[in-house]
Amino acid sequence: MRADSPGTRSGPRLSAKWLTISLFLLPALVLYIVFVIFPIIQAAHFSLYKWNGLGPLDDFVGLKNYQVALASDVFWQAVSNNVLVIVLSLLLQIPFSLGLAVLLNRRFPGRAIFRLLFFVPYVLSEAITGIVFSLLLRPDALFDSTLQTVGLQGMIQDWLGNTDVVMITLFVIISWKYFGFHMILLLAGLQGIPKEIEEAALIDGAGRWQAFRYVTFPLIGPTLRVSIFLSVIGALQLFDMVWVMTGGGPLNASTTMAVNMFKTGFTRQQMGYGSALAVLLFICALVVALLYQRYVLRRDIDGAVTAYNA
Amino acid sequence: MTTGATTGVPGDTSTSLTVRRSKSGRRTTGGVVAYVVLLLVAAAILVPIVYAVLGGFKSNGQLAANPVALIPDPWVFGNYADILWGVNAPTFWGEVLNSVIVAIIAVSVTVGCASAAAFVFARMRFRGREAMYTLFVFGLLFPTAVAILPLYILIRQVGLSGSLLGVALPQAAFGLPLSIVILRPFFRSIPIELEDAARIDGCGSFGFFWRVLLPLSRPALATVSVLAIVTTWNAFILPLVVLNNADQWTLPLGVMNFSTTYSSDAARTLAFTVVSLVPALLFYMVAERHIVGGLTGGAVKG
Repeated sequence: MRADSPGTRSGPRLSAKWLTISLFLLPALVLYIVFVIFPIIQAAHFSLYKWNGLGPLDDFVGLKNYQVALASDVFWQAVSNNVLVIVLSLLLQIPFSLGLAVLLNRRFPGRAIFRLLFFVPYVLSEAITGIVFSLLLRPDALFDSTLQTVGLQGMIQDWLGNTDVVMITLFVIISWKYFGFHMILLLAGLQGIPKEIEEAALIDGAGRWQAFRYVTFPLIGPTLRVSIFLSVIGALQLFDMVWVMTGGGPLNASTTMAVNMFKTGFTRQQMGYGSALAVLLFICALVVALLYQRYVLRRDIDGAVTAYNA
Repeated sequence: MTTGATTGVPGDTSTSLTVRRSKSGRRTTGGVVAYVVLLLVAAAILVPIVYAVLGGFKSNGQLAANPVALIPDPWVFGNYADILWGVNAPTFWGEVLNSVIVAIIAVSVTVGCASAAAFVFARMRFRGREAMYTLFVFGLLFPTAVAILPLYILIRQVGLSGSLLGVALPQAAFGLPLSIVILRPFFRSIPIELEDAARIDGCGSFGFFWRVLLPLSRPALATVSVLAIVTTWNAFILPLVVLNNADQWTLPLGVMNFSTTYSSDAARTLAFTVVSLVPALLFYMVAERHIVGGLTGGAVKG
């Protein structure tokens, strides 16, 4: 492209270039606009109507759907459940993954097997994983019986039926599925740090913890930020596992923003209100994305934002 | 350590030796703790999976009588046999076929469209390029769930409701951002001299793209395809709303339905979930390098 001298750029050359660009770009652009951009705009449009999804779209209600949503207990229950998963992920799941990544960053026999194994849950379907765990968590199935066998029968709960426990249960299973992903990400980050840097710190008299805290930890900052970001985005869109395990119940105790939206739109046939809930979810994701853009360098995002877009 | 030894100063060598000794001492105790932690985590991953696999070889009576026992006694083959070649076989294999069809369509469309677009984004200069690229990048943030209600309306309007194409095309569209983001830097890294040479040899843009760029980008294309396969294979919400007919269900839907139909038959449900997980596990073993490499590749550049 650069080789072209300014003289030859005019006329047919230029339009040939644009023809090439449009031919190459068009398929992706059409597909993307039709199935991604357009539906998101449509959601904003539908959200201004009271509509069951079937009849004519003519009952314009303005922002009423948003008012109803923001005044609804179920909506805030869903938001608080999403926030709970985000907070627990950041406090428990990511540090746990980082710890394992640090362990696996050393050379020892069997390392490759552990790494391979820890990543297995990530490739399994979230829905199918949820069903397997539902079976194991049934009353008197594997989990309860194990607790009984080791003398902890006092801890037995109705894991998916108790409103106080259900979110914790789901969080543990979500972590089971996703910690390996974060671990692999962070491990790759650690492996990008030259060993000599930490060794230099050790030789200079730093303890292992100090070397990690003041040398390694700052250097995996970018990877850690990607990991945190993906975790937040993933937690915001939590749906599959909740849907197959609890359907948001009991009594909406495990509902999430996506589950609430889905139920409103499809189960209760309130497409307008459901679309308003979708727009609110979209806004949350957008805010997270903008904060990320603001605080994290652009290059972090290239090739990294992947995991949960199932 | 090696530098300390090669300087040849006696004092240096001795300190480096003591450092080495104390470090290896710590490594043994620390190593034991590390192994224990890793083994516990490995057990936490393996136990549910192994229990499900072996549970499929039990009868419901065995599962109820002694849920903690791992090994079936006696081994019951009926659950798996029913699914693989017995009464439930048409359901299971039909769902495998549907999942395969959706994955093939979605992945070909994603990879085809994304590589063409990434080519333009990587190797051509034009006004609005970065803005358009950013539009695609932002698609990474928005899961299918956000657009699912209008998407359902759209699919119904264009008559794709209840068709595998109605799942595959939106799935392909949602796969574009990731594919483009992975392919663009790869395409960029191919030296400009190759492009110049191709042009001198009479290749147009398309010729260069098709005969030079794509063959050279096989590793990146493999990564992108593999990631798209995993995403599509596990997709749940889109098939859930689009496929209203049981013959068209993909595996995750099939498993959900099976588990409700046979909710009192835990052993059979375990067997069904296990065989449904096998394709993903096999695929992971074959393509592990691409999955892990693709997901981590860009993330650690920063």
